[in-house]
Amino acid sequence: MNCIIIDDEATARAIISQLCSSLKSLQVLEEFSNAIQAIKFLNQNEIDLIFLDIHMPDFTGFDFIETLKNPPKIILTTSDANFAIQAFEYECIVDYLVKPIAPERFQKAIQKADSISNTKVVESSNSDKEVATSGNDLYVNIARRLIKINIPSIYLVEAKGVYILVKTEEKNYTVHSTLKKIEDKLPEDLFLKVHRSFIINIKKIIDIEDNSVLIKKDVIPVSRSNRPELMKRLNLL
Amino acid sequence: MEQPNLSYIQSMSRGDQAFEQKILDIIKKEFPEEKKIYFNNLKKHDYKLTAENVHKLKHKISILGLEKSYAVAVAFENNLIEGNTSLHQEFESILNIITNYLQQL
Repeated sequence: MNCIIIDDEATARAIISQLCSSLKSLQVLEEFSNAIQAIKFLNQNEIDLIFLDIHMPDFTGFDFIETLKNPPKIILTTSDANFAIQAFEYECIVDYLVKPIAPERFQKAIQKADSISNTKVVESSNSDKEVATSGNDLYVNIARRLIKINIPSIYLVEAKGVYILVKTEEKNYTVHSTLKKIEDKLPEDLFLKVHRSFIINIKKIIDIEDNSVLIKKDVIPVSRSNRPELMKRLNLL
Repeated sequence: MEQPNLSYIQSMSRGDQAFEQKILDIIKKEFPEEKKIYFNNLKKHDYKLTAENVHKLKHKISILGLEKSYAVAVAFENNLIEGNTSLHQEFESILNIITNYLQQL
């Protein structure tokens, strides 16, 4: 299997590369310290397997997967066991290795990847996406606990690097996830992405100015491209 | 307090001393850089970024066989996400131990 390694930490790349060198079935074609470089490489090269770190600045492993139309098999490598639920929302993810990676565990992951058909895998179905939602509730993983949030009580979600800030009537939550992920889990009739960094609950809008909305005490920018959809959703007199 | 060791790196190397040296050279280069960024972000009270730095440092803590310290790093990272810095002294003691260890290698 031809593979690449994506990890912003040189130590991690060297260890994974060493683990790969112990298996004849693996050829490491390239190593990348960020996902953007890897996307360029994948546009020009066919590969079978990616070792992908989740925690990377600017562009997380999950952001990276979202950009791939036909992702190859992916083995996540992370120092954080908290993302397992999120990871298995993607069919392309064949295993999840927690650092420091033990050689025996690495071999098992490769056997698993080997046993899966080489047919390109596609993203998860809608039923998979319901794993973390149940009726009016959304479960978020914070400090190894799944915490229930009542969806209608959410009035704002803001992207903050590799985290999202979920603001509700009762409390704010910082969750390691992406805006895209939570957007997929929120009901479309209630929530709208008004800016690349903000999703709002349209029922909670207090007023709207030209390029911004007021929600509770937060003034949120509305991008020009999203404004027509926002106006369409409102019950205008 | 527990001390760093090379057990994990040796289990990776299967006797390949060139690999062991390569990993140690990378750690010696990366660790001070990551430590510096950690202190900068902590000083700026940017706890989200500090949590990211702790996340990266904790991998090196585990590579150097510091199991109890790793648990401290995990707790500190989670606390930082909530804006709580109470474990910073304990964490920084771990960084000092690693710094001293790497200087002796």
